[in-house]
Amino acid sequence: MNLNATLIGQSIAFIVFLWFCRQYVWPLFAAIMEERKQKIADGLEAAARAEKDLALAQTKATDQLREAKAEAAIIIEQANRRATQIVDEAKEQAREEGQRIIAGAQAEIEQEVNRAREALRSRVSDIAVAGARKILEGSVDRAANEEMLSKLAAEL
Amino acid sequence: MANAANSAAETSVQEYITHHLSFLTFGNHPEHGWSFAHTTEEATAMGFWAVNVDSLGWSVFLGAAFLLWFRAVGKRASVGTPGAVQNFVEMVVEFVDARVNEGFNFKNELIGPLCLLLFFWILLMNTMDLVPVDWITRLFEIVAASVFHFEHAPFKIVPSTDPNITMGLSLSVFLMIIYYSIKNKGIGGFLGELAFHPFGKWMLPFNLIIEVPTLFAKPISLGLRLFGNLYAGELLFLLIASMLGLWQLPAHFIWAGFHLLVIPLQAFVFMMLTIVYLNAAHETHH
Repeated sequence: MNLNATLIGQSIAFIVFLWFCRQYVWPLFAAIMEERKQKIADGLEAAARAEKDLALAQTKATDQLREAKAEAAIIIEQANRRATQIVDEAKEQAREEGQRIIAGAQAEIEQEVNRAREALRSRVSDIAVAGARKILEGSVDRAANEEMLSKLAAEL
Repeated sequence: MANAANSAAETSVQEYITHHLSFLTFGNHPEHGWSFAHTTEEATAMGFWAVNVDSLGWSVFLGAAFLLWFRAVGKRASVGTPGAVQNFVEMVVEFVDARVNEGFNFKNELIGPLCLLLFFWILLMNTMDLVPVDWITRLFEIVAASVFHFEHAPFKIVPSTDPNITMGLSLSVFLMIIYYSIKNKGIGGFLGELAFHPFGKWMLPFNLIIEVPTLFAKPISLGLRLFGNLYAGELLFLLIASMLGLWQLPAHFIWAGFHLLVIPLQAFVFMMLTIVYLNAAHETHH
Protein backbone atom coordinates (compact mmCIF):
# COMPACT_ATOMS: atom_id res chain seq x y z
CA MET A 1 0.00 0.00 0.00
CA ASN A 2 1.86 3.01 -1.30
CA LEU A 3 0.56 6.41 -0.43
CA ASN A 4 1.71 8.87 -3.03
CA ALA A 5 0.72 12.08 -4.80
CA THR A 6 -2.38 10.34 -6.22
CA LEU A 7 -3.87 11.33 -2.86
CA ILE A 8 -3.36 15.00 -3.67
CA GLY A 9 -4.53 14.55 -7.27
CA GLN A 10 -7.72 12.90 -6.07
CA SER A 11 -8.30 15.69 -3.55
CA ILE A 12 -7.89 18.33 -6.24
CA ALA A 13 -10.26 16.40 -8.53
CA PHE A 14 -12.70 16.18 -5.64
CA ILE A 15 -12.62 19.93 -5.02
CA VAL A 16 -13.05 20.75 -8.72
CA PHE A 17 -15.91 18.26 -9.08
CA LEU A 18 -17.57 19.55 -5.92
CA TRP A 19 -17.44 23.11 -7.26
CA PHE A 20 -18.83 21.96 -10.62
CA CYS A 21 -21.59 19.92 -9.00
CA ARG A 22 -22.55 22.78 -6.67
CA GLN A 23 -22.49 25.32 -9.48
CA TYR A 24 -23.76 23.53 -12.57
CA VAL A 25 -25.47 20.24 -11.69
CA TRP A 26 -27.36 20.42 -8.40
CA PRO A 27 -29.19 23.74 -9.05
CA LEU A 28 -30.67 22.38 -12.30
CA PHE A 29 -32.41 19.54 -10.49
CA ALA A 30 -33.25 21.54 -7.40
CA ALA A 31 -35.04 24.09 -9.62
CA ILE A 32 -36.88 21.47 -11.66
CA MET A 33 -37.99 19.45 -8.68
CA GLU A 34 -39.07 22.55 -6.78
CA GLU A 35 -41.06 23.70 -9.79
CA ARG A 36 -42.67 20.30 -10.23
CA LYS A 37 -43.53 20.14 -6.54
CA GLN A 38 -45.19 23.54 -6.88
CA LYS A 39 -47.05 22.40 -9.98
CA ILE A 40 -48.35 19.28 -8.28
CA ALA A 41 -49.44 21.28 -5.25
CA ASP A 42 -51.24 23.72 -7.53
CA GLY A 43 -52.87 20.86 -9.39
CA LEU A 44 -54.12 19.25 -6.20
CA GLU A 45 -55.44 22.57 -4.96
CA ALA A 46 -57.19 23.16 -8.28
CA ALA A 47 -58.73 19.69 -8.09
CA ALA A 48 -60.05 20.38 -4.59
CA ARG A 49 -61.45 23.70 -5.75
CA ALA A 50 -63.07 22.08 -8.78
CA GLU A 51 -64.69 19.50 -6.53
CA LYS A 52 -66.11 22.24 -4.34
CA ASP A 53 -67.29 24.11 -7.43
CA LEU A 54 -68.96 20.96 -8.72
CA ALA A 55 -70.85 20.44 -5.46
CA LEU A 56 -71.90 24.07 -5.54
CA ALA A 57 -73.05 23.79 -9.14
CA GLN A 58 -75.00 20.65 -8.33
CA THR A 59 -76.93 22.29 -5.50
CA LYS A 60 -77.50 25.28 -7.74
CA ALA A 61 -78.79 23.08 -10.54
CA THR A 62 -81.13 21.26 -8.15
CA ASP A 63 -82.46 24.58 -6.89
CA GLN A 64 -83.00 25.82 -10.40
CA LEU A 65 -84.76 22.62 -11.36
CA ARG A 66 -87.09 22.93 -8.37
CA GLU A 67 -87.80 26.57 -9.21
CA ALA A 68 -88.48 25.71 -12.82
CA LYS A 69 -90.88 22.94 -11.76
CA ALA A 70 -92.77 25.31 -9.47
CA GLU A 71 -92.91 27.91 -12.19
CA ALA A 72 -94.13 25.36 -14.69
CA ALA A 73 -96.86 24.28 -12.26
CA ILE A 74 -97.97 27.88 -11.88
CA ILE A 75 -98.00 28.37 -15.63
CA ILE A 76 -100.01 25.19 -16.16
CA GLU A 77 -102.51 26.23 -13.54
CA GLN A 78 -102.86 29.63 -15.13
CA ALA A 79 -103.26 28.08 -18.54
CA ASN A 80 -105.94 25.75 -17.22
CA ARG A 81 -107.76 28.61 -15.62
CA ARG A 82 -107.51 30.63 -18.78
CA ALA A 83 -108.74 27.69 -20.85
CA THR A 84 -111.76 27.27 -18.63
CA GLN A 85 -112.36 30.96 -18.88
CA ILE A 86 -112.13 30.85 -22.68
CA VAL A 87 -114.47 27.90 -22.82
CA ASP A 88 -116.93 29.69 -20.53
CA GLU A 89 -116.70 32.81 -22.59
CA ALA A 90 -117.23 30.84 -25.78
CA LYS A 91 -120.20 29.11 -24.23
CA GLU A 92 -121.64 32.45 -23.20
CA GLN A 93 -121.01 33.88 -26.63
CA ALA A 94 -122.57 30.84 -28.30
CA ARG A 95 -125.59 31.11 -26.08
CA GLU A 96 -125.96 34.78 -26.84
CA GLU A 97 -125.45 34.16 -30.53
CA GLY A 98 -128.04 31.38 -30.45
CA GLN A 99 -130.52 33.59 -28.68
CA ARG A 100 -129.84 36.35 -31.14
CA ILE A 101 -130.41 33.93 -34.02
CA ILE A 102 -133.57 32.66 -32.35
CA ALA A 103 -134.78 36.21 -31.79
CA GLY A 104 -134.01 37.09 -35.40
CA ALA A 105 -135.80 34.02 -36.63
CA GLN A 106 -138.81 34.74 -34.43
CA ALA A 107 -138.92 38.32 -35.70
CA GLU A 108 -138.71 37.09 -39.20
CA ILE A 109 -141.44 34.53 -38.54
CA GLU A 110 -143.61 37.24 -37.03
CA GLN A 111 -142.91 39.41 -40.02
CA GLU A 112 -143.82 36.57 -42.35
CA VAL A 113 -146.96 35.90 -40.36
CA ASN A 114 -147.91 39.57 -40.52
CA ARG A 115 -147.11 39.67 -44.19
CA ALA A 116 -149.17 36.54 -44.79
CA ARG A 117 -151.94 38.01 -42.65
CA GLU A 118 -151.81 41.23 -44.68
CA ALA A 119 -151.89 39.23 -47.89
CA LEU A 120 -154.67 37.12 -46.54
CA ARG A 121 -156.46 40.25 -45.32
CA SER A 122 -156.19 41.79 -48.75
CA ARG A 123 -157.53 38.68 -50.35
CA VAL A 124 -160.07 37.61 -47.78
CA SER A 125 -162.75 39.91 -49.11
CA ASP A 126 -162.32 38.42 -52.55
CA ILE A 127 -162.51 34.95 -51.12
CA ALA A 128 -165.48 35.91 -49.04
CA VAL A 129 -167.21 37.52 -51.99
CA ALA A 130 -166.34 34.55 -54.13
CA GLY A 131 -167.65 32.31 -51.40
CA ALA A 132 -170.83 34.39 -50.96
CA ARG A 133 -171.27 34.58 -54.67
CA LYS A 134 -171.09 30.90 -54.79
CA ILE A 135 -173.65 30.73 -51.98
CA LEU A 136 -176.02 33.32 -53.32
CA GLU A 137 -175.49 32.41 -56.94
CA GLY A 138 -174.54 35.93 -57.81
CA SER A 139 -177.61 37.57 -56.17
CA VAL A 140 -175.80 39.58 -53.83
CA ASP A 141 -174.52 42.88 -55.02
CA ARG A 142 -171.06 43.56 -54.02
CA ALA A 143 -171.57 47.27 -53.67
CA ALA A 144 -174.58 46.74 -51.45
CA ASN A 145 -172.65 44.58 -49.11
CA GLU A 146 -169.46 46.59 -49.23
CA GLU A 147 -169.91 47.87 -45.70
CA MET A 148 -170.53 44.47 -44.21
CA LEU A 149 -167.61 43.03 -46.11
CA SER A 150 -165.16 45.69 -44.91
CA LYS A 151 -166.36 45.07 -41.35
CA LEU A 152 -165.71 41.38 -41.86
CA ALA A 153 -162.28 42.04 -43.28
CA ALA A 154 -161.40 44.27 -40.33
CA GLU A 155 -162.41 41.55 -37.94
CA LEU A 156 -160.06 39.07 -39.56
CA MET B 1 -12.37 -13.89 -17.12
CA ALA B 2 -11.78 -15.64 -20.41
CA ASN B 3 -8.10 -14.80 -20.61
CA ALA B 4 -7.50 -15.77 -17.06
CA ALA B 5 -7.01 -19.45 -17.77
CA ASN B 6 -4.27 -18.67 -20.29
CA SER B 7 -2.65 -16.12 -18.00
CA ALA B 8 -2.74 -18.51 -15.13
CA ALA B 9 -1.14 -21.18 -17.25
CA GLU B 10 1.68 -18.91 -18.40
CA THR B 11 2.49 -17.10 -15.22
CA SER B 12 2.21 -18.35 -11.73
CA VAL B 13 -0.81 -17.46 -9.64
CA GLN B 14 1.28 -15.16 -7.49
CA GLU B 15 2.65 -13.25 -10.44
CA TYR B 16 -0.81 -12.92 -11.89
CA ILE B 17 -2.25 -11.49 -8.70
CA THR B 18 0.72 -9.22 -8.01
CA HIS B 19 0.47 -7.88 -11.52
CA HIS B 20 -3.23 -7.18 -11.13
CA LEU B 21 -2.72 -5.48 -7.79
CA SER B 22 -0.01 -3.06 -8.93
CA PHE B 23 -0.68 0.37 -10.30
CA LEU B 24 0.54 2.13 -13.40
CA THR B 25 2.73 4.54 -11.45
CA PHE B 26 4.45 7.52 -13.00
CA GLY B 27 7.16 9.26 -10.98
CA ASN B 28 10.78 10.23 -10.56
CA HIS B 29 12.80 7.04 -10.10
CA PRO B 30 16.24 7.57 -8.54
CA GLU B 31 17.91 5.64 -11.38
CA HIS B 32 15.55 5.87 -14.38
CA GLY B 33 14.36 9.47 -13.90
CA TRP B 34 10.74 10.45 -14.76
CA SER B 35 9.16 7.26 -16.04
CA PHE B 36 6.54 4.60 -15.47
CA ALA B 37 7.41 2.08 -12.80
CA HIS B 38 7.85 -1.45 -14.19
CA THR B 39 7.70 -3.21 -10.86
CA THR B 40 6.22 -2.59 -7.42
CA GLU B 41 9.75 -2.03 -6.10
CA GLU B 42 10.32 0.71 -8.66
CA ALA B 43 7.01 2.33 -7.71
CA THR B 44 8.03 2.27 -4.05
CA ALA B 45 11.40 3.77 -4.88
CA MET B 46 9.69 6.75 -6.51
CA GLY B 47 8.54 7.88 -3.08
CA PHE B 48 5.58 10.16 -2.42
CA TRP B 49 5.83 12.29 -5.54
CA ALA B 50 4.49 9.71 -7.93
CA VAL B 51 1.05 9.34 -9.43
CA ASN B 52 -1.03 6.23 -10.06
CA VAL B 53 -2.05 7.20 -13.57
CA ASP B 54 -4.54 4.37 -13.95
CA SER B 55 -6.62 4.81 -10.78
CA LEU B 56 -6.51 8.62 -10.83
CA GLY B 57 -7.29 8.63 -14.56
CA TRP B 58 -10.30 6.35 -14.15
CA SER B 59 -11.44 8.30 -11.12
CA VAL B 60 -11.32 11.64 -12.94
CA PHE B 61 -12.87 10.11 -16.06
CA LEU B 62 -15.79 8.58 -14.13
CA GLY B 63 -16.38 11.72 -12.09
CA ALA B 64 -16.29 14.00 -15.12
CA ALA B 65 -18.45 11.66 -17.20
CA PHE B 66 -21.08 11.43 -14.48
CA LEU B 67 -21.19 15.17 -13.81
CA LEU B 68 -21.33 16.12 -17.50
CA TRP B 69 -24.00 13.50 -18.09
CA PHE B 70 -26.10 14.74 -15.17
CA ARG B 71 -25.67 18.30 -16.37
CA ALA B 72 -26.73 17.37 -19.92
CA VAL B 73 -29.81 15.61 -18.56
CA GLY B 74 -30.56 18.53 -16.24
CA LYS B 75 -30.34 21.05 -19.06
CA ARG B 76 -32.72 19.09 -21.27
CA ALA B 77 -34.98 18.20 -18.35
CA SER B 78 -38.57 19.31 -18.38
CA VAL B 79 -40.87 20.04 -15.48
CA GLY B 80 -43.57 17.84 -17.04
CA THR B 81 -43.51 14.06 -17.21
CA PRO B 82 -39.83 13.04 -17.20
CA GLY B 83 -38.38 10.50 -19.61
CA ALA B 84 -36.56 7.36 -18.49
CA VAL B 85 -33.10 8.94 -18.24
CA GLN B 86 -34.32 12.09 -16.55
CA ASN B 87 -36.38 9.96 -14.21
CA PHE B 88 -33.34 7.91 -13.21
CA VAL B 89 -31.16 10.97 -12.61
CA GLU B 90 -33.92 12.69 -10.65
CA MET B 91 -34.40 9.53 -8.61
CA VAL B 92 -30.71 9.59 -7.65
CA VAL B 93 -30.81 13.29 -6.81
CA GLU B 94 -34.01 12.89 -4.84
CA PHE B 95 -32.62 9.88 -2.96
CA VAL B 96 -29.52 11.85 -1.95
CA ASP B 97 -31.59 14.90 -1.09
CA ALA B 98 -33.88 12.83 1.13
CA ARG B 99 -30.90 11.37 3.04
CA VAL B 100 -29.45 14.87 3.49
CA ASN B 101 -32.77 16.20 4.76
CA GLU B 102 -33.06 13.33 7.22
CA GLY B 103 -29.54 13.47 8.59
CA PHE B 104 -28.52 17.09 8.24
CA ASN B 105 -30.40 19.60 10.37
CA PHE B 106 -28.75 22.83 9.29
CA LYS B 107 -28.80 25.08 6.29
CA ASN B 108 -25.83 24.50 4.04
CA GLU B 109 -26.16 24.63 0.26
CA LEU B 110 -22.99 22.60 -0.21
CA ILE B 111 -24.08 19.41 1.53
CA GLY B 112 -26.57 18.30 -1.17
CA PRO B 113 -24.14 18.57 -4.08
CA LEU B 114 -21.36 17.12 -1.91
CA CYS B 115 -23.38 14.02 -1.10
CA LEU B 116 -24.57 13.59 -4.68
CA LEU B 117 -20.97 13.77 -5.85
CA LEU B 118 -19.70 11.34 -3.23
CA PHE B 119 -22.51 8.83 -3.63
CA PHE B 120 -22.63 8.56 -7.39
CA TRP B 121 -18.89 8.96 -7.97
CA ILE B 122 -18.02 6.22 -5.49
CA LEU B 123 -20.86 4.09 -6.87
CA LEU B 124 -19.36 4.35 -10.36
CA MET B 125 -15.82 3.69 -9.12
CA ASN B 126 -17.02 0.60 -7.23
CA THR B 127 -19.05 -0.60 -10.23
CA MET B 128 -15.82 -0.84 -12.23
CA ASP B 129 -15.18 -3.90 -10.07
CA LEU B 130 -17.86 -5.74 -12.04
CA VAL B 131 -15.97 -5.35 -15.29
CA PRO B 132 -14.24 -8.72 -15.71
CA VAL B 133 -10.77 -8.37 -14.22
CA ASP B 134 -8.84 -9.07 -17.41
CA TRP B 135 -10.77 -7.33 -20.14
CA ILE B 136 -9.39 -3.79 -19.99
CA THR B 137 -6.25 -4.67 -18.04
CA ARG B 138 -5.17 -7.31 -20.54
CA LEU B 139 -6.05 -5.11 -23.50
CA PHE B 140 -3.93 -2.31 -22.06
CA GLU B 141 -1.09 -4.74 -21.39
CA ILE B 142 -1.10 -5.90 -25.01
CA VAL B 143 -1.25 -2.36 -26.39
CA ALA B 144 1.48 -1.14 -24.04
CA ALA B 145 3.74 -4.05 -24.94
CA SER B 146 3.28 -3.80 -28.70
CA VAL B 147 3.15 0.00 -29.09
CA PHE B 148 5.37 1.29 -26.28
CA HIS B 149 7.49 -1.88 -25.65
CA PHE B 150 6.35 -1.68 -22.03
CA GLU B 151 6.14 -5.35 -21.00
CA HIS B 152 3.68 -6.44 -18.27
CA ALA B 153 2.27 -2.96 -17.84
CA PRO B 154 -0.15 -2.95 -14.90
CA PHE B 155 -3.50 -1.23 -15.30
CA LYS B 156 -6.06 -1.04 -12.51
CA ILE B 157 -9.51 0.09 -13.46
CA VAL B 158 -11.21 0.17 -10.04
CA PRO B 159 -10.19 3.49 -8.45
CA SER B 160 -11.68 2.63 -5.07
CA THR B 161 -9.21 -0.24 -4.67
CA ASP B 162 -6.51 2.42 -4.47
CA PRO B 163 -6.13 3.74 -0.90
CA ASN B 164 -4.88 7.01 -2.38
CA ILE B 165 -8.23 7.55 -4.02
CA THR B 166 -10.37 6.65 -1.00
CA MET B 167 -8.13 8.52 1.43
CA GLY B 168 -8.09 11.50 -0.92
CA LEU B 169 -11.86 11.62 -0.60
CA SER B 170 -12.01 10.99 3.12
CA LEU B 171 -9.24 13.53 3.91
CA SER B 172 -11.10 16.13 1.84
CA VAL B 173 -14.23 15.39 3.85
CA PHE B 174 -12.10 15.59 7.02
CA LEU B 175 -10.86 19.06 6.04
CA MET B 176 -14.49 20.09 5.53
CA ILE B 177 -15.32 18.75 9.00
CA ILE B 178 -12.51 20.83 10.55
CA TYR B 179 -13.49 23.89 8.49
CA TYR B 180 -17.16 23.79 9.43
CA SER B 181 -16.41 22.94 13.06
CA ILE B 182 -14.20 26.03 13.42
CA LYS B 183 -16.58 28.17 11.37
CA ASN B 184 -19.62 27.25 13.45
CA LYS B 185 -18.10 26.78 16.91
CA GLY B 186 -15.05 29.01 16.72
CA ILE B 187 -11.54 27.76 17.42
CA GLY B 188 -12.32 27.79 21.13
CA GLY B 189 -15.49 25.81 20.68
CA PHE B 190 -13.79 23.26 18.46
CA LEU B 191 -10.83 22.76 20.79
CA GLY B 192 -13.19 22.88 23.77
CA GLU B 193 -15.09 19.91 22.41
CA LEU B 194 -11.83 17.98 22.27
CA ALA B 195 -10.63 19.07 25.69
CA PHE B 196 -13.70 19.34 27.91
CA HIS B 197 -15.76 16.40 26.75
CA PRO B 198 -17.06 14.01 27.79
CA PHE B 199 -15.79 14.35 31.42
CA GLY B 200 -15.54 18.10 32.05
CA LYS B 201 -12.47 20.31 32.45
CA TRP B 202 -10.89 18.53 35.45
CA MET B 203 -10.39 15.41 33.38
CA LEU B 204 -8.77 17.22 30.45
CA PRO B 205 -6.03 14.69 29.65
CA PHE B 206 -8.51 11.84 29.56
CA ASN B 207 -10.84 13.87 27.36
CA LEU B 208 -8.00 14.51 24.93
CA ILE B 209 -7.03 10.85 24.93
CA ILE B 210 -10.59 9.95 23.98
CA GLU B 211 -11.53 12.77 21.65
CA VAL B 212 -8.38 13.35 19.56
CA PRO B 213 -8.12 9.75 18.30
CA THR B 214 -11.89 9.80 17.72
CA LEU B 215 -11.46 12.85 15.53
CA PHE B 216 -8.65 11.38 13.46
CA ALA B 217 -10.31 7.99 13.28
CA LYS B 218 -13.09 9.56 11.24
CA PRO B 219 -11.22 10.12 7.95
CA ILE B 220 -9.09 7.01 8.35
CA SER B 221 -12.02 4.68 8.96
CA LEU B 222 -14.03 6.40 6.24
CA GLY B 223 -11.30 5.93 3.63
CA LEU B 224 -10.08 2.52 4.72
CA ARG B 225 -13.57 1.03 4.99
CA LEU B 226 -14.26 1.80 1.35
CA PHE B 227 -10.80 0.70 0.27
CA GLY B 228 -10.90 -2.52 2.30
CA ASN B 229 -14.27 -3.64 1.00
CA LEU B 230 -13.42 -3.04 -2.63
CA TYR B 231 -9.88 -4.38 -2.34
CA ALA B 232 -11.14 -7.59 -0.79
CA GLY B 233 -13.79 -7.89 -3.46
CA GLU B 234 -11.28 -7.46 -6.24
CA LEU B 235 -8.82 -9.84 -4.62
CA LEU B 236 -11.46 -12.54 -4.54
CA PHE B 237 -12.23 -11.99 -8.21
CA LEU B 238 -8.50 -12.34 -8.90
CA LEU B 239 -8.23 -15.53 -6.86
CA ILE B 240 -11.23 -17.00 -8.68
CA ALA B 241 -9.77 -15.99 -12.03
CA SER B 242 -6.32 -17.43 -11.31
CA MET B 243 -7.07 -20.62 -9.39
CA LEU B 244 -10.37 -22.14 -10.45
CA GLY B 245 -9.73 -22.87 -14.11
CA LEU B 246 -12.98 -23.49 -15.93
CA TRP B 247 -14.97 -23.44 -12.69
CA GLN B 248 -14.30 -19.75 -12.45
CA LEU B 249 -17.29 -18.79 -14.56
CA PRO B 250 -20.06 -19.75 -12.10
CA ALA B 251 -17.85 -18.67 -9.20
CA HIS B 252 -17.42 -15.23 -10.74
CA PHE B 253 -21.16 -14.85 -11.11
CA ILE B 254 -21.85 -15.92 -7.54
CA TRP B 255 -19.27 -13.56 -6.11
CA ALA B 256 -20.46 -10.76 -8.44
CA GLY B 257 -23.94 -11.31 -7.01
CA PHE B 258 -22.67 -10.72 -3.47
CA HIS B 259 -20.46 -7.91 -4.59
CA LEU B 260 -23.44 -6.25 -6.24
CA LEU B 261 -24.68 -5.56 -2.71
CA VAL B 262 -21.33 -4.24 -1.49
CA ILE B 263 -20.94 -1.74 -4.33
CA PRO B 264 -23.92 0.53 -3.60
CA LEU B 265 -23.75 -0.15 0.13
CA GLN B 266 -20.22 1.22 0.46
CA ALA B 267 -21.11 4.31 -1.61
CA PHE B 268 -24.16 4.79 0.61
CA VAL B 269 -22.19 4.32 3.83
CA PHE B 270 -19.57 6.84 2.75
CA MET B 271 -22.27 9.40 1.98
CA MET B 272 -24.22 8.76 5.20
CA LEU B 273 -21.14 9.05 7.41
CA THR B 274 -20.20 12.28 5.66
CA ILE B 275 -23.66 13.64 6.47
CA VAL B 276 -23.40 12.53 10.10
CA TYR B 277 -19.90 14.01 10.55
CA LEU B 278 -20.80 17.31 8.91
CA ASN B 279 -23.99 17.53 10.93
CA ALA B 280 -21.94 17.12 14.10
CA ALA B 281 -19.58 19.82 12.82
CA HIS B 282 -22.54 22.23 12.65
CA GLU B 283 -23.90 21.47 16.13
CA THR B 284 -23.05 24.30 18.49
CA HIS B 285 -25.04 23.29 21.57
CA HIS B 286 -23.59 20.72 23.90
